[in-house]
Amino acid sequence: MPPRVNKEKCDGCKAEHEPLCEQICPGDLMTLNPETRKAYCRSTRDCWDCMSCVKICPQGALETKLPYQLGYYPAKLIPLMGTNKITWTCIDINGKVERFVIKTRND
Amino acid sequence: MATKLPTSLAEVQEVMLETDLLVIGAGNSGCFAAIEAKKLNPNLKVTLMEKAHIDRSGCLAAGMDAINTYLKKGRTIEEFVRWSRSQAGGLIREDLAVSLAEILNQPTEQWEEWGLPIDYEEDGDEYHTRGKWDITIKGSEMKVILAEKVREHGCEILNRVVATNYLTDGNRVIGAVGFGVRDGKLYVVKAKATVVSTGGAAGIYKPYQADGVDSHHYLWYCPFNVGTGYAIGIRAGAEMTTFEMRWCATRTKDFNGPIDTISVGYKTPMINAKGEKVLEERYAHLGGDAAPRFIRANVPMEEWQAGRGPCYVDTRGMTPEQIRDMKIDYLNERPSFVLFLAARGQDIRQEPIEIYGNDPYIVGGHTASGYWVDRKRATTLPGLFASGDVAGGTPNKFVGGCAAEGMLAARGALEYINRLNSPTKVNSEQVAVEKARIFAPALRQTSEGDGLIPKEVEERMQRLMDEYAGGIHQFFRMNKEGLEYALKHLRLLKDQTKYLIARDLHELMEAHEVVDRLDVAEVLIHHLLYREETRWPGWQTRTDFPSRNDEKFDCFVNSRRNPETGEIEVFSRPYEQVVPGDRYRP
Repeated sequence: MPPRVNKEKCDGCKAEHEPLCEQICPGDLMTLNPETRKAYCRSTRDCWDCMSCVKICPQGALETKLPYQLGYYPAKLIPLMGTNKITWTCIDINGKVERFVIKTRND
Repeated sequence: MATKLPTSLAEVQEVMLETDLLVIGAGNSGCFAAIEAKKLNPNLKVTLMEKAHIDRSGCLAAGMDAINTYLKKGRTIEEFVRWSRSQAGGLIREDLAVSLAEILNQPTEQWEEWGLPIDYEEDGDEYHTRGKWDITIKGSEMKVILAEKVREHGCEILNRVVATNYLTDGNRVIGAVGFGVRDGKLYVVKAKATVVSTGGAAGIYKPYQADGVDSHHYLWYCPFNVGTGYAIGIRAGAEMTTFEMRWCATRTKDFNGPIDTISVGYKTPMINAKGEKVLEERYAHLGGDAAPRFIRANVPMEEWQAGRGPCYVDTRGMTPEQIRDMKIDYLNERPSFVLFLAARGQDIRQEPIEIYGNDPYIVGGHTASGYWVDRKRATTLPGLFASGDVAGGTPNKFVGGCAAEGMLAARGALEYINRLNSPTKVNSEQVAVEKARIFAPALRQTSEGDGLIPKEVEERMQRLMDEYAGGIHQFFRMNKEGLEYALKHLRLLKDQTKYLIARDLHELMEAHEVVDRLDVAEVLIHHLLYREETRWPGWQTRTDFPSRNDEKFDCFVNSRRNPETGEIEVFSRPYEQVVPGDRYRP
């Protein structure tokens, strides 16, 4: 399933020639709606949930949701990118929260 | 930002480039090929043609949690070859496996120097071991790190350019043609030598989740790797090998995710619905839970058919610390699996993880499908070298091996360039024909406004392959009649591609993806028909020939499509044993 775009947070990466999610998506799926100037996924069945767009979004406007055929509502997995680490927050359908801090580069 | 589709060929702008080495596909293997070429000769011009963005393209888009092929201290090349050979049912190109093993560790160690975190044993300076050949890494950003190094080495990167065919002079490859999925331009890149490294083929078969809303791409393998590297080679008449050795594996059910992370990493046994340790109890003679991968892929299928499904990896004995470490592994490789467990509300100490098979892929990094190459990774077309998932003969390369093979292909290509003495010219007629072929679906949209959208052709092909060519809904089983039915309809589909329409550049890319997949599927069926035996139950199960027939088929099955007639010739090549010992045991 494509990432949900939070329309309040997404600013279409105004300073860029195209939004960062569009630049990075390995499937060429994220793009800009020319009318609303917000990002959207052009083919919702084709996302791999690799989360490249979620990781790169400077506004934290994207959230990966699983297709309902795989899992129930409303679990969340939110990455926060640091320089040499990534912090993941995972909330399951019962509200249980787990946090993981993982090194991404050697110092 | 999307450019409009051209409404006539005259509107299409042409970009003509010349380079020394062209690398098609800037994934793991292609990036290592490009860097190796620049290291060997910094004055060389190296160009990468990449259909996505190099920072996150290919199999490593979401990251990786382990390098599954690393020769740890004390392990020998011969041991590695024996293990790989036994995992693949005794049939690999041992000459290629040996040459790969000779440099296997180099890319991993290089990656670590560039910044990739690799885990160490607590009490020493050795990498942390997972299985026999596996070390664990924190690889969520490893592709970004690699892409930075490609830029630092001064390579030219053409992002968002889709390769569609080779440029040829006779049967010599002199570069490639493609189109810009963002700018709509035609790219003609003339090169002294070319390395193809576009990855394997996903989406040939229907995945079982396909009927769910937004679930079509719940594939284990990168769904954006559609077999283009195979297809352009097939169309140019390159010799291909072992397509019939399909990559079917045991994966987590529904999510279709990797399973070795749990089963190898945390020694969790495979069990059936009755709680029996299937591999350990019934396949002890083949290695139990370390049995060859095709056996492991076949077992859940057999259990379901015998009424003993579903199957699981039994995670109930894991400690809370192990479960946390396992989730960290997944966050580094396929983070959404952790979301999957959260969305099931599943505590895996109470409830084991269900497993099932995947939709079959053609992936030369795992099995032996791909270009027939020599030790230099030269294909049968002069000037063309292959590495990674498109290069055949060497299964069990995985990330480390595909990277190392990129280095070998670059070395081979540079030797070829140094030997070159005859100049070539781009054939403008060939470029014009290719340009018309590339943009035909766009022009048809303008002229007719009616036809076939790529997705419907893709879905028809995927269902056909699934039902008649041993897909997951047929428990990977197939017979001659079904394969012939699939072939007949594939030929119809190939003929129907003239009706494809594209309404934007993204859809034009999809149109070429389905054209490429059809070429791969056609060759695959020929290979499956030829091998009238069952050599690898699970990967290649012929219900009409259920046993192994060593007398006729202890050999490689190869093919070549005649570029003039389109006829596919299938033939065999002998297996040669290089490393002594029992071929079926590690």
